[in-house]
Amino acid sequence: MKKNLIPLAAFLLLAWMLPSASFAQVTPQRLLDSTKEPQNWLMYSGDYAGHRFSALDQINISNAASLVPKWAYQTMAGGKFETTPLVVDGVLYGTGQDNRAYALDARSGRPIWQYQRALPADIRPCCGRVNRGLAILGDKVFLGTLDSHVIALDARTGNVVWDATAVDYRKGYSITLAPLVIKNLVVIGVSGGEYGIRGFIDAYDAMSGERKWRFYTIPGPGEPGHETWEGDSWKTGGAPVWITGVYDVATNATFWTTGNPSPSNRGEGRAGDNLYSNSLLALDPETGKLKWYFQFTKHDEHDWDATQVPVMVDQGDKHLIVHANRNGFFYVIDRTNGKLISSNPYAKVTWSNSKDAEGRPVALKEASPTLEGNRVCPGAAGATNWMSPTYDPQTKLFYVTAREQCDIFSTAPQPYEEGHAYYGSAYFPNDDAAPFWGALRAIDPATGERKWEFKHVSPTWSGVLSTAGGLVFTGDAEGNFIALDAASGKVLWHFQCGASVYSSPMSFAIDGKQYVAVAAGSALFTFALP
Amino acid sequence: MRVVKEACLPDPIKQPQAWAAALFTCTLMLMVGVFTASLKAQDKNPLAGDPKAAKLGESQFRANCAFCHGLGARGGGRGPDLTRAQKRHGNADADLFRTINEGVPGTAMPPNGATQQGVGMTAEEIWQVISYIRSVQVKAPAQPAGNAAHGKKLFYGSAACFTCHMIQGKGGRLGPDLSTTGSARSTDYLVESVRNPSRRLAQGISEAMKEFSQEYETVTVVTTDGTKFTGVVLNEDHFTLQMMDTREQLRLFEKGKLRSYEKSRESLMPAYDQKALSDKDLQDILAYLLEVTAQ
Repeated sequence: MKKNLIPLAAFLLLAWMLPSASFAQVTPQRLLDSTKEPQNWLMYSGDYAGHRFSALDQINISNAASLVPKWAYQTMAGGKFETTPLVVDGVLYGTGQDNRAYALDARSGRPIWQYQRALPADIRPCCGRVNRGLAILGDKVFLGTLDSHVIALDARTGNVVWDATAVDYRKGYSITLAPLVIKNLVVIGVSGGEYGIRGFIDAYDAMSGERKWRFYTIPGPGEPGHETWEGDSWKTGGAPVWITGVYDVATNATFWTTGNPSPSNRGEGRAGDNLYSNSLLALDPETGKLKWYFQFTKHDEHDWDATQVPVMVDQGDKHLIVHANRNGFFYVIDRTNGKLISSNPYAKVTWSNSKDAEGRPVALKEASPTLEGNRVCPGAAGATNWMSPTYDPQTKLFYVTAREQCDIFSTAPQPYEEGHAYYGSAYFPNDDAAPFWGALRAIDPATGERKWEFKHVSPTWSGVLSTAGGLVFTGDAEGNFIALDAASGKVLWHFQCGASVYSSPMSFAIDGKQYVAVAAGSALFTFALP
Repeated sequence: MRVVKEACLPDPIKQPQAWAAALFTCTLMLMVGVFTASLKAQDKNPLAGDPKAAKLGESQFRANCAFCHGLGARGGGRGPDLTRAQKRHGNADADLFRTINEGVPGTAMPPNGATQQGVGMTAEEIWQVISYIRSVQVKAPAQPAGNAAHGKKLFYGSAACFTCHMIQGKGGRLGPDLSTTGSARSTDYLVESVRNPSRRLAQGISEAMKEFSQEYETVTVVTTDGTKFTGVVLNEDHFTLQMMDTREQLRLFEKGKLRSYEKSRESLMPAYDQKALSDKDLQDILAYLLEVTAQ
């Protein structure tokens, strides 16, 4: 009797569990209110403000030392694993190298479905066959591909629902960033600053895949800003968009950052400010119309893309965007009008020693690359890069991965040829006695003052997560995933993942248990209390 | 042909028209395949002798290769001098193409073809780089200036290099193995390494995916019981240190549990000045290093 009951009980349990793993619709309202459901991670940066902050506090400064690995998911792919997964009601959605995507049971890491796009052999991703994550709305997840398509997958099955061609990848375009869903639109940008593309931001209807608007990050003839490009250089001027933007419902603006002008190290032939390369853009999400812009680095010759997540911070009645830029300066900008409030270095900077009337750092003439090579700090990889910073509303501090590295910048003239490398740059090892290093820095956005620093043995490509447990999490190039006290920078725990971390961590909860997840090597690791 | 039939052609009896169409397509594919293969993996550089190709190749070289192989291809800290007539991984055009396109597993040479890591180069761009290398390389194999046999005697004798360096399994392991160094480093680099070893430390092993290799930094640790160890850093992260001490003992420490821990970029290798090693003897040792590399 008893024996027979077990399969029945198992069946009933399964039948009961199935709806519990049901795929609740993610509505635009849920995305707006993402901070009200901290058990879920509904978009790349966790919320529309770009905070990468989790309100979960089960793991906290008193118990973080006892964190243990819970499960790992292997993509079995080589190269850099840059994803930040989403978690919605117990299901984790992630991406992997070569346009893999997957849905996992977030409790166990067991796959629900796995998808991989068949990519053409001649794609041109500049910097690895990488992808940073998905966006979700309704019953679909959205993926940008290395062959420059935007596709919607059925969140329940991984089947392709629609497939939109953003642009011909053979011209040097690719897509590596996680899209951002705003209302019923999937907003996404393109990479290709090493191939002389003309960058843009697109919005697609989430239901049909129809393109609703496109904003070119380089103004065409007759548009304001077009005069900042010499001759025809605007046609191949780069200004890619390869990191996810943020959205401010109060001012109905979506903020995106752009990358380098092409060719990156060779200003010759593209005289002018080169708008809107290396800029922060405020767009109307319904129309894609430009509200205002702020250019961090004018006429860039050092590949200092501004592709860092812009972070929305409110201080009293001030509505700000704070931005630790690849060029080494920490900018505070009024997000209602794009006016600069302050700019202060947060890492070693040698390219500027003065500011213009608006308070913007001005480049020294001597910092321009020469044929023989010119030593400049920060180096080509920047004082930081695409790895996400975090803002913790509890400590009111901004945490950023800094890279202390200087490079010898030189030029290598390259003729433009469609779809071919077009960066005009060459780097040589610098003769510094000391090796490069890195740090996690806690900055007070109100003053620009550094509160603490945690030194990395070598520069890392890991982003940072902060949590309501009083913690910040980051990874290092030596393979450690580390928990620190957000107030003091004291290390509380670490785990050796076995490979450098090239991703930004996140946190979620299921069945009342908090997890922290990070991608390293070929594996997505999750950690929780025992 | 069998493979093509299985993979490409429908059944000729059930679908005669489809079969005919597919046969045409398959033939076309085969022709395209052969054509593409001839472009990529041919034995001879299709751009050979074209001065314009060499000029474009110089630009490509600066952008993609000079970081390791130095300006003018004369060798840098990591990559060998490519102006030498002999190349370790094959000197034929096809060898150079393969080396550049696919990299050399087990060395610092990465694959550089398009869609590999980094921006990469197309087949045409790789041939341009090969044209450039041909334009700067010396015509005849370099005759080693020194006496390799005497160099070997010095290496294992009075110069005592073998105390810390190994060649083909014989010697110490505190310093880098020198079995292939003769061709992997430029002569200037090797001379500097002997005369002024602290100027640029050798690069050691590195974790997979890590951008910067560990170097042979000197380290001195004192444990809580007062024991002191000096050696070279093999591997280090924020929390731990793996070192080899001067007795060739491998040691792992948790940094937080040490009384003290000090790293220095003064190499443990003594600087060999003219008194310790004359220019002529140094040339003999370099000749020996080149000779063993060629074996």
